[in-house]
Amino acid sequence: MLNHSFTQIFNQFNWEEVCSRINNSTEEDVKRALNKSGRLIPEDFMALISPAAKNHLEELINKSYSITRKRFGNTIQMYIPMYLSNECNNVCTYCGFSLGNKLPRTTLTDEEILNEVAVIKAMGYDHILLVTGEDNQKVGIEYIAHAIEIIHLHFAHISLEVQPMEKEEYEKLISFGLNTVLVYQETYHEKNYKIYHPKGRKSNFNFRLETADRLGEAGIHKIGLGVLLGLEDWRADSFFTALHLHYLNKTYWRTKYSISFPRLRPAEGDFEPKYPMSENELLQLICAFRIFDENVELSLSTRESQTFRDKIFELGITSMSAGSKTDPGGYASNIHALEQFHISDDRTSAEVAEVIRSRGFEVVWKDWDVVMQ
Amino acid sequence: MDKLIIAGREFSSRLFLGTGKFGSNEIMKNSVIASGTEMVTVALKRVDVWKEEDELLQHLHLPQINLLPNTSGVRNAKEAVLAAQMAREALHTNWLKLEIHPDPRYLLPDPIETLKATEELVKLGFIVLPYINADPVLCKKLEDVGTAAVMPLGSPIGSNNGLQTRAMLEIIIEQSNVPVIVDAGIGAPSHAAFAMELGADAVLVNTAIAIAGNPIVMAEAFKLAVFAGRMAYKNNLASPIRVAMASSPFDLSLLDIN
Repeated sequence: MLNHSFTQIFNQFNWEEVCSRINNSTEEDVKRALNKSGRLIPEDFMALISPAAKNHLEELINKSYSITRKRFGNTIQMYIPMYLSNECNNVCTYCGFSLGNKLPRTTLTDEEILNEVAVIKAMGYDHILLVTGEDNQKVGIEYIAHAIEIIHLHFAHISLEVQPMEKEEYEKLISFGLNTVLVYQETYHEKNYKIYHPKGRKSNFNFRLETADRLGEAGIHKIGLGVLLGLEDWRADSFFTALHLHYLNKTYWRTKYSISFPRLRPAEGDFEPKYPMSENELLQLICAFRIFDENVELSLSTRESQTFRDKIFELGITSMSAGSKTDPGGYASNIHALEQFHISDDRTSAEVAEVIRSRGFEVVWKDWDVVMQ
Repeated sequence: MDKLIIAGREFSSRLFLGTGKFGSNEIMKNSVIASGTEMVTVALKRVDVWKEEDELLQHLHLPQINLLPNTSGVRNAKEAVLAAQMAREALHTNWLKLEIHPDPRYLLPDPIETLKATEELVKLGFIVLPYINADPVLCKKLEDVGTAAVMPLGSPIGSNNGLQTRAMLEIIIEQSNVPVIVDAGIGAPSHAAFAMELGADAVLVNTAIAIAGNPIVMAEAFKLAVFAGRMAYKNNLASPIRVAMASSPFDLSLLDIN
């Protein structure tokens, strides 16, 4: 454990108490948070995501919309995931790649990676998110460093969503051209975390919790946070995400942050979320994050439906993916038997870009450069 | 309007435009034209400088426009020098807006790295216009190492808060031997006019135009404001007076004194 890390802040809070504070927020608390001049603190965020704030959704939307325009302009950034492998040593009760699941496992070779790169580049993308399952042998640091090395000159910005690593390993990947790491806590409910992650290195809650600290110390450019919405009470989990963000902002001030909103959708696949979240609640959460932090990047993936994405992308979101495949090799080949999760918005990136443009927004494909860390 | 001269180049317009945040490249281009500007900044991270058909760059192929590449996104002097060299090679200009902000939230400029990079870039033959906090001492030190202009902020970038740094800007303008371009925070034409009335040589505007209801009309409003502010400054703007005074000069002969 690190001497100074988010763990010390995290341990000051109690899950049940957080739930009850959020649920007991009053309309007065909501109004106070909405009208506060100056920076909001995590306690204000509690009010914004509370059931009481549901009656103020329109005010949340208006405020979130105008803050987003002022800070990010009339633009939406585009990124795309590229799955390098579906090998995984973890058991995660909700995930398609989980160890026990009988599906053909594959890890892309150099040639297969370059085939994927060619297809993705032709779609217009310059920001890429590399994804693997968590297997330290088959897709360990050496494999990932090599993958970054061969695609580095093809993309302006490289993000990574893989197993948590040590600080020194992150330093190495940064030197190879890595810009961003996404690491979702899945849930901040420490006790139940063990139930969802019974086996594999992922079952170590604290090692995962301190990943952002190790990244901050390694000097990474951007860190992405998030929880699997619906696994546990999404309000409490989102509060802890906001608390984490607040701590990181103050501690690693050179690093940028983004939040993603992977939502377990009811009645899709085998895993039924215990705490299903509605679309209106997801919108409330997006607006709450925007009002809480003007500068944080908010990302919406193709897990969400076309209708929902088209309706809300301008209300707080700053980056979107489109045309995504969640199986290794999925862009260059047409067999999609190995998916991690099902894509809800299956339009092509060109179709999504056209909708964004038709609403008066510039679609930004490139907002970084290889000369920058 | 009198001409602005930076590093020997003459400008008829004292309004610089940033090209980010616009809803489309077409709107951006028409706003640039309506503003009458002759100098636009382009973030290197936003364009593919090696691609001839880069969409944003193509929209800026206008005869009156000088491109001022900016290094937004770099976090230290070393990265800034690399970015500058790439810009010079690809865009065929040695002009550079130097922006070094290790803080990705408020994008506040790092004075130490900026001074270091300016010195190095000037030696490498660049014409450097650094974005800085409104720090009069830093401005003099930048002059010492050969900066072509200084670009102090009025308030945090994108905040539309106007000239919160007014007291420091006044000292900078008073002391400067190079053009002073007020950058960042200018959220309304009145802010731009005010900067010009204080004696700034030019202003740079982006967010206030890009996210306006009608960016093209807003660009023209800024053009007029900058023009009005400069005219007022050049013609000895009357100072605010606390005590009421008759507008016709007092006739001393009425007092019957010698």
